[in-house]
Amino acid sequence: MKEFLMIALGVLIFVVVFQIAKASEYVSVLKGEDKTRKQNNKINAFMLIGFLVFGLIGVWYCNELYYGKTLFPQGSASVEGESLDLMFMITVAITGLVFVLTQVLLFWFCFKYQEKDDRKAFYFPHNTKLELIWTTVPAIFLTVLVVFGLKYWFKITGDAPKNSIVVEVTGHQFAWEFRYPGADKVLGKTSFKKYTSKNSLGVDFEDPASRDDIHVNTTMHIPVGVPLKMVIHSQDVIHDVGLPHFRLKMDAVPGIPTTQWFTPKITTADMKKKTGNPDFNFEISCDQLCGANHFAMRGVIVVETMEEYKKWLAEQKSEYYTLYPEKNPVQPVVVDSAKQISQVLPVKK
Amino acid sequence: MSSAATLQHADVHVSHDAHHEHHHHETFITKYVFSQDHKMIAKQFLVTGIIWAIIGGLFSVIFRLQLGYPEATFPWLEDLLGHWAAGGKLKPEFYYALVTMHGTILVFFVLTAGLSGTFANFLIPLQVGARDMASPMLNMLSYWFFFLSSIIMFCSLFIQTGPASGGWTIYPPLSALGDASTGSILGMDFWLVSMAMFIVSALLGGLNYITTILNMRTKGMSMTRLPLTIWALFFTAVLGVLSFPVLLSGAILLLFDRNLGTSFYLSDIVVAGKILPNEGGSAILFQHLFWFLGHPEVYIILLPAMGMSSEIISVNSRKPIFGYMAMVGSLFAIAILAFLVWAHHMFVTGLNPFLGSVFVLLTLLIAVPSAIKVFNWLTTLWRANIRFTPGMLFAIGFVSLFISGGLTGIFLGNSALDLHLHDTYFVVAHFHIVMGVASFFGMFAGVYHWFPKMFGRYLNNTMAYIHFWVTIVGAYLIFWPMHYQGLSGMPRRYYDFSSWISFNQFSGLNEFISFVAMIVFAAQLLFVFNFFYSMFKGRKVTDSNPWGANTLEWTTPINPGHGNWPGEIPEVHRGAYDYAKDGKEFIPQDVPVGDDESKH
Ligand code: HEM
Ligand SMILES: [Cu+2]
Ligand SMILES: [Cu+2]
Repeated sequence: MKEFLMIALGVLIFVVVFQIAKASEYVSVLKGEDKTRKQNNKINAFMLIGFLVFGLIGVWYCNELYYGKTLFPQGSASVEGESLDLMFMITVAITGLVFVLTQVLLFWFCFKYQEKDDRKAFYFPHNTKLELIWTTVPAIFLTVLVVFGLKYWFKITGDAPKNSIVVEVTGHQFAWEFRYPGADKVLGKTSFKKYTSKNSLGVDFEDPASRDDIHVNTTMHIPVGVPLKMVIHSQDVIHDVGLPHFRLKMDAVPGIPTTQWFTPKITTADMKKKTGNPDFNFEISCDQLCGANHFAMRGVIVVETMEEYKKWLAEQKSEYYTLYPEKNPVQPVVVDSAKQISQVLPVKK
Repeated sequence: MSSAATLQHADVHVSHDAHHEHHHHETFITKYVFSQDHKMIAKQFLVTGIIWAIIGGLFSVIFRLQLGYPEATFPWLEDLLGHWAAGGKLKPEFYYALVTMHGTILVFFVLTAGLSGTFANFLIPLQVGARDMASPMLNMLSYWFFFLSSIIMFCSLFIQTGPASGGWTIYPPLSALGDASTGSILGMDFWLVSMAMFIVSALLGGLNYITTILNMRTKGMSMTRLPLTIWALFFTAVLGVLSFPVLLSGAILLLFDRNLGTSFYLSDIVVAGKILPNEGGSAILFQHLFWFLGHPEVYIILLPAMGMSSEIISVNSRKPIFGYMAMVGSLFAIAILAFLVWAHHMFVTGLNPFLGSVFVLLTLLIAVPSAIKVFNWLTTLWRANIRFTPGMLFAIGFVSLFISGGLTGIFLGNSALDLHLHDTYFVVAHFHIVMGVASFFGMFAGVYHWFPKMFGRYLNNTMAYIHFWVTIVGAYLIFWPMHYQGLSGMPRRYYDFSSWISFNQFSGLNEFISFVAMIVFAAQLLFVFNFFYSMFKGRKVTDSNPWGANTLEWTTPINPGHGNWPGEIPEVHRGAYDYAKDGKEFIPQDVPVGDDESKH
């Protein structure tokens, strides 16, 4: 019913507009077309300058309304993101200046040089000096931006610092899974061919390095202040590890592992205080369309102090022994591992 | 180009045409359906484009309803869409199908075929002084391939498993695997076949445009006397001819991967619990092939709008376009650079960082010719005597939008910032403003300006002014605040944000945007109504040169027949922009240079 009324109202407005439009055409014939044209010209010139004024106020007002809802007032949650925020602000300053300058000129010229009976347009087909100015000045500003941008780009895409913690991040429709290398600091090999519903990451348990690897779903814990290196995989389609608070993202591509590193600088607990939001969490959003539930492919990063992190890590059981508790040396059943594995896990060649 | 040869060619046409008129009666079919007259083909492209624009726009209204009112249900949606909106709520699969179709339709069917197809066909022969395209037959085929492509894409909307839903960028593996997405079951095959037909159409059209511009200019029409519309359409055609075949090859390989078991794009995949046999392919390869077209494509959309706006601004400023050679040079620079920046869409795919840095440099380089164009437009307006016809208003709106959208490109082109902004609403805002809405403004400017030439009637001015003001205010209201959503990392192509702690602060804004979108859509219907009404009932044109313009199309009769000029094709003596010269308001291109005329 509501929809019906809305449509009826829409049609009514249409009819009214159409009638006015037709009528104005007749009126203009009566009044003399030239006169109407000049009148319209004045009205539009006036509206253009009005659009400029209200537009600039609108730009300011929009910023008042929404700047506080962006991530900038909170500051970057990663050390590397700080220089990005600075760079962002510099770019805003430069482009903002150009924006205001050019839009003001555009609409002001339109208003100032609107058609008048006594005005003659000025024949001005070219001027090499002017054109050289607006070729070189933008070029100089852009060079500054490029130099600054690339410096940061090479830093963040370069090798992760030596002391990084390594975590493997795997995306699939529609969830994130994480693997920690365990005490040996080496991740066991994986192969998509080893996938089973239990061994969902396709870990090759014949690889001794895999025995102490820890596998967790959805929520990743990391310590504050230590660089984190993510090794990113996808099992099916392309996903993307989106980390807006850390100012980063990186695609997860099937068959082509990617890496990305950053240094978290504030814990989740501190962030809850800082934002005044007890529900706050660092979310991982999937940023590459990956199917029907793309919009719900959520992960969480818990940034905590080193002590909390170590405690958490110690509580995690290795995937191998979770899947095969009988293999756990701590358990009473002792087995000869090498033989047993090939029996339990059919090895595909 | 030797003018003698051109002249000869024209003569042949004259005699041929005279002959034609004596012996044939045009039937409805040859005149309106299988017409070979470039003007009729242009109108066919335009009307088909308008129909697609309504469909594509309607889709955006429907998916905006979901974003604006994620909690609400709309029973009439179920009546319209059946099980895709069971209970009055869109299913995510269908939301993505609508987004995909919206993008595909507007980018390819409206702003490529509808824009270039219309204005290249209409303006090239008229403005270079030719009786028709180099090959009217291929030209007709170009339209009919587009029509075929349209039919296939339209049919795909009714497939039981839904149309393609992997985004207009159709990245594999999502688009390759029916198990990953229902839209990739049959919808994707339809999409690919439709696009293949579309590419054939674009190539036939493009070759014709290039050939006509190079070979069929009238006597005296040297390349440096061409109106900027023609230069822009020329570079557009070159871009299309060189880049569309690459998309075609990418699409064919994808068809192979989907149907013949090849592994061009597939490797190491487990989907729906099944281990796929494919190994050794690269999903990233597709992105390179796609964006090698995809980036030039955005200029295929933009350049015609630039060319037409330049022309319309100059005519209505009653002043020469400032820096004609710089305008041509910057079009040329943009066309070259358009081929060298495609990987800026791929900064976060794990691209080699050094390669990435090269693409940063080349991408930001495009800002230089773009700046030249903007400042030249501004200088054209300086000390002008401006008439605000509806066409002129849209051309001014184009400049404003091009500035706004172009500047955000500087953020995105800088790879380090793109790490944060890629695939967020910042990108949605950027490309809608600079490509979507700006090109639409160029197209509207063109329609308002050349409608009298197309149909011998005027559009209604009052409706035109309402259309302009609602559209420009609405476009900024819709897309400007989206930048802020992007700055908070809000990802594009999300069906619902309400469960995200990081993004749900914008629900009020989303509702506002959706509301404005509906109003803007209604204003476009007003334009459509004005268009079809004025075609038959509009005020008749009585002056063959109503805008006082210099270009050759205004030397034809008010309703030119097939062959354009009843007598000989006029000879050209000057460039297209002699406005306000020597105290004369305008001097058309076919007026000989006077003895006392100042040199320039
Ligand atoms: C009423 C005007 C329009 C509105 C409200 C609108 C809205 C939107 C929104 C919200 C999206 C993002 C959807 C998502 O990511 O979930 C989108 C996508 C898109 N729109 Fe529009 N749009 C409009 C007009 C246009 C125009 C004129 C173009 C022409 C170029 C266009 C081209 C696109 C493209 C290419 C995409 C990306 C599709 C994809 O992700 O595959 N839109 N539109
Ligand atoms: Cu996703
Ligand atoms: Cu691009």
